[in-house]
Amino acid sequence: MSDTTSTSTSVDIKSTARLCGVVLFVIACTTAVMIYTSFQPFGWPAKVALILGVAVVNAFLVASYLMHLLSEKKMVFIVGFFTVCFFISLMGLTVWAMQDFPVGTTK
Amino acid sequence: MEIPYTTTARPDTGLYNAKLGIWLFLASEVMLFGGLFSAYVLLRVGAPEGFWPHGWLSVTLGTVNTLILALSAITTLLAWVACKVGDFRKFKMFHAFTLLLALTFLCVKSYEYHDKWIHYEIHLKDGRIADGHLEEQDDQTVTILGRIIPGDQEQLLYDLRSQKNIPKDEIKLDRSNILKMENYGPRHNTFTAIYFTMTGLHALHILGGCVVIGFLWGPGTRMWKTDHERFTNRIEISGLFWHFVDLVWIFLFPVLYLT
Repeated sequence: MSDTTSTSTSVDIKSTARLCGVVLFVIACTTAVMIYTSFQPFGWPAKVALILGVAVVNAFLVASYLMHLLSEKKMVFIVGFFTVCFFISLMGLTVWAMQDFPVGTTK
Repeated sequence: MEIPYTTTARPDTGLYNAKLGIWLFLASEVMLFGGLFSAYVLLRVGAPEGFWPHGWLSVTLGTVNTLILALSAITTLLAWVACKVGDFRKFKMFHAFTLLLALTFLCVKSYEYHDKWIHYEIHLKDGRIADGHLEEQDDQTVTILGRIIPGDQEQLLYDLRSQKNIPKDEIKLDRSNILKMENYGPRHNTFTAIYFTMTGLHALHILGGCVVIGFLWGPGTRMWKTDHERFTNRIEISGLFWHFVDLVWIFLFPVLYLT
């Protein structure tokens, strides 16, 4: 099997590796922040909000740089938009359900 | 008949078939894991005060697995770039790294599962509770490495984080004194049930990814020469799936190990 093929492309391994190195470093740092936060004596809701906020930053990095979401076509964004809408509705339903009790009962 | 748009983009979507397909698939996967995360939230919030486990899982192992998966996401991206520039050796190398890292992740996960499987909570007839890792057992006795707590202090078993340096002794128990003996498997409580369900499903995705990546690394490379562009697209698609698996772990780790 030949070692090279004639594919025209604008990407190169070195610059991608550099970008990946930065992403990996940031992910490692944010993971450390999450762990540090988890051992702090905050209230549980504040702690969860902070940790999940950092996790969202991590997810953004992976999705935008490693999955190239930033440079994707409109169709991918449409699929992503509906997915996010579904996810938010699902979590919204979950939160709503926690406040919903049968008539005449309390938590 | 030739299938259209396997390498070129459809004019209306701007995407080739497989790419649209994988994004739709990933959307359905978000819904699958979203349902489980939703179930987790309900179970977590509905748990009685002080009876949701803290510190049951090893943060060190979870962190190691987070970094392993992040690194594998990067090697899979580099494998795709190597495909794009036509460097076969580098493609093989990066994809082999991805496969190795994925298998390492599964090994660490297996170790964690095994640790839970041999961890027992033993209710004794006198009301006390023995908790620890099973050392050995026979028809007459059970030996664990752990501790015994009074029955009215069961909460001590749930919050391990607030207890520093829990003493562990070798405890030999007579089977005739044992009322109930149960390991920390999925049926132990709602936490272990949702933990094994979510991480088990995630591990199955890793396993599935390994099969695909293994195929594309091995026999699938025949297409490198016959239809290079399509092969590169396959690597991109498998990479997108792999990044998604990484994304799921990015949320699983803090939710299960840290909160």
